[in-house]
Amino acid sequence: MIAGMLSIAGNEARRIFTSPLAWTVLAVVAAISGFIFINLLLSLQADPMALSDYIGVSDYISAGVFGFATLLFLLVMPLMTMRLFAEERKNGSLTLLMAAPVSLTQIVLGKFLGLCVFMAALLLILGVMPASLAFSTSLDYGRLAAGMLGMLLMLMAFSAAGLFVSTLTREPTIAAVGGFGLVLMFWLLDVLAYQEIPFAGLFRHLSLIAHYENLRRGIFDTADVIYYLLFTGTFLWAAVQRLDMERS
Amino acid sequence: MEAAPLIQAQGLTRAFGPTVAVEGVDLQLRQGEILGLLGPNGAGKSTTMKMLTGCLAPSAGSVAIGGFDLRTAPVAAKRKLGYLPEQPPLYPELCVDEFLGFAARLHGVPRGEREAALERAKTSCGLQAMGRRLVGNLSKGYQQRVGLAQAIIHSPEVIVLDEPTVGLDPIQIREIRALITELGRKHSVLLSSHILPEIQAICDRVMIINRGRVVYSEDMATAMRPSFSSAIIGLRKPPEEGALAALEDVEAVEALDAQRFRLRCRTDTTARERWAATAASEGWGLFELQPELRTLEDIFVSLTSGQQSEAPAGTQEAA
Repeated sequence: MIAGMLSIAGNEARRIFTSPLAWTVLAVVAAISGFIFINLLLSLQADPMALSDYIGVSDYISAGVFGFATLLFLLVMPLMTMRLFAEERKNGSLTLLMAAPVSLTQIVLGKFLGLCVFMAALLLILGVMPASLAFSTSLDYGRLAAGMLGMLLMLMAFSAAGLFVSTLTREPTIAAVGGFGLVLMFWLLDVLAYQEIPFAGLFRHLSLIAHYENLRRGIFDTADVIYYLLFTGTFLWAAVQRLDMERS
Repeated sequence: MEAAPLIQAQGLTRAFGPTVAVEGVDLQLRQGEILGLLGPNGAGKSTTMKMLTGCLAPSAGSVAIGGFDLRTAPVAAKRKLGYLPEQPPLYPELCVDEFLGFAARLHGVPRGEREAALERAKTSCGLQAMGRRLVGNLSKGYQQRVGLAQAIIHSPEVIVLDEPTVGLDPIQIREIRALITELGRKHSVLLSSHILPEIQAICDRVMIINRGRVVYSEDMATAMRPSFSSAIIGLRKPPEEGALAALEDVEAVEALDAQRFRLRCRTDTTARERWAATAASEGWGLFELQPELRTLEDIFVSLTSGQQSEAPAGTQEAA
């Protein structure tokens, strides 16, 4: 049972990394986050007292780089998820999976796992930057690890939402725009939390970005982790349901 | 004694909104046979095949493959299945070996047997030299072969092929047909086509679908046995039409010109020798006696054209 899912995951990862899109995305993320990273170091060099607002270099760097990374993820992940089902449906290869002895859950999870390989590559690029400071200063690895975990959870949530939108259409571009819109909506729910409206607190709990804040600053709260896992699980489940509906 | 059918479909019905694409199709695919699904474009062949392969849920009816119900045990049922849809399901960015390797893993071919399965499928489909080529760079014919290789790589008991020769050149068509015939020795094959000679050439049994319904289902041997329902007789010195009508087994006489007549027969039995003998003894000057045969094409045309066709066309090979 697991074998079918893993073969889909392996194939998906292979296909992601044979496409120039993945490498372009990685290059752009590396260039922009590198730019931010160097900029942070330069401003630290100019004004070392800036650190007094932060708890050490790790906090300063991770707050800056990891905080900005989420914005990049918001822009690039819909591009990575758009192909998952929309493109397969468009060029007819989805039939291969539908007629194969695997369940819809295995197909969805397999594709998601394949995309996780790409997420790992993204995290590697972002993790290497603060880690490179280990040569010259002492780092708070726990804080950095929490930030990395936060980014992974955020990426998983974005991917699951994008994957779901990808099951709705046969046009990859529509899947990208839709995925972007869906994720941005959940992101912006945080804004509502500051309005004088009923259930303002609820919107804060539902927002994607509010739960990231703690992890980014090195605070591991089970509630935040569970939020992301629930968010991811819900959209993957919705994707399975959607594919099942498509057959009938 | 007959083995249980590998595909057993009952009362398959599929509606897309108010349009009923397939209605009440019963279908059996027996062990080791090639069944041809024939029908004009839009008759419901592809829809039927999608339902048989679990890509589309039927609105009503059931499908069992190798004894496993497609609804209650889909994974077990699909394990016995290889499917080439109308549009071959390919990943253009992979090379042929990578793609077929994935197809093998996906269909649960054990790691140790994958290499052999890959070679076998490539050899069967004439892809030996194409292993390192990108699927997307292959010609349509080769892509079709990759699609076919994907359907047979795990040696499924049932192979479902939706219009496997569409878009191929005549030589490729011959090769694919030969391959399907070869496959039919070890596997059961369900094949759809709107090209009649193709079905005639490779199938053991034919099923004609029109407007979502099965209108004809017969062994190829029976379908190909021309049923004889009328004959043309040519006489230099023809007698009165009444004398012709009085011949054994003749139901009606129709004069084609001064010397040639169409005799419509009551049964299939051949009374032609007796007619010839009568013509000779009466001195009618018999110069032509040709049975008019009802071919599969005539059957196809008359069943699918909506109205019952007039007198059958003749014995020539279907176009």
